[in-house]
Amino acid sequence: MVDMSQYWPVVLILGVGTYLIRYSFILIMDKITLPNAFHRMLRFIPAAVLSALVVPGVLLHEKGVAPFAGWERAVAALIAVGVAWKTRSILWTIASGMVSLWVLKAVMV
Amino acid sequence: MATHWSTVFAGARDTSPLLVGVIPFGVIWGAVCVGAGVPEWGGFVMSLIVFAGASQLVAVQLMAEQASLAVVIVTALIINARMFMYSASIAPHFKGMHPLKKAALAYPLTDQAYAISITRFNGDTNGLNKGAYYLGSAALMWTAFNSSTLAGAYAGAFLPAGSDLGFAIPLTFIALVIPAVIDRPSILAATVAGAVAYFANSLPYNLGLLTAAISGIVVGYTAERRQNHG
Repeated sequence: MVDMSQYWPVVLILGVGTYLIRYSFILIMDKITLPNAFHRMLRFIPAAVLSALVVPGVLLHEKGVAPFAGWERAVAALIAVGVAWKTRSILWTIASGMVSLWVLKAVMV
Repeated sequence: MATHWSTVFAGARDTSPLLVGVIPFGVIWGAVCVGAGVPEWGGFVMSLIVFAGASQLVAVQLMAEQASLAVVIVTALIINARMFMYSASIAPHFKGMHPLKKAALAYPLTDQAYAISITRFNGDTNGLNKGAYYLGSAALMWTAFNSSTLAGAYAGAFLPAGSDLGFAIPLTFIALVIPAVIDRPSILAATVAGAVAYFANSLPYNLGLLTAAISGIVVGYTAERRQNHG
């Protein structure tokens, strides 16, 4: 159970801290000039960060067990990647991945 | 002003398919809070103040495990450290705006509002009001996440167990990452970041995510330099 006397300080500090992270570069970009290399690196942020969020989320879902314990998720995610590549549609990507997972689980029971 | 409203609307419209992933996430968050002994409105208020679901989930999980205040905050902030990169990436597009406007636009910066906006900004932006577009995306995300948080807190107990709705979250990120993978350097960046994230997952304090992201960015940047220099 969460101790509420700890909860509210966490909410406030995390809220302020997260806001400052979001504001950081938006605030300073007008005031300082960053090196060209920095700007060229910015373009790889979406690909790198989002991919780093996806892979553990899919493959390491069942924490503490064998790496591929949740293999249905890996297959469903691969299908979703294929659909995303072909259709470029967010809705179809999510729908195909969810349906694939449900079908795989239903078939494998 | 009329054109601005249609741009706000366009941002919201382009973001709307993502709600399939955002709403289950908000619901799960609301339900987790109640399950951990946080009052229904408590989880809702945290969503309003922090507005970063992944870090909120981890913070509540750690608090439920009686982790110290410092561990809870440092871990949650490290998860949100990826927003430094979003801030840096989107900042050039907010350049020259009124300082108060920039301060306000920083608050609802999320994975989704960032990814949708940056994809749009990297296309044909002739005459586009970038602030309005981003605002539409962010406002929809904000409304959806906070209202589903409330719904989850009050109705979460009735969710069918094992319906795998949480899988919609990585699927959302897949839908967002594919448009960003446009050439060889960005494919390399995504692949390296994914692989490092997998193997570095056991690093303490969730440092794996940052290590992976930085590896991917450096590899992508290096590959692009090689390409340009023949």
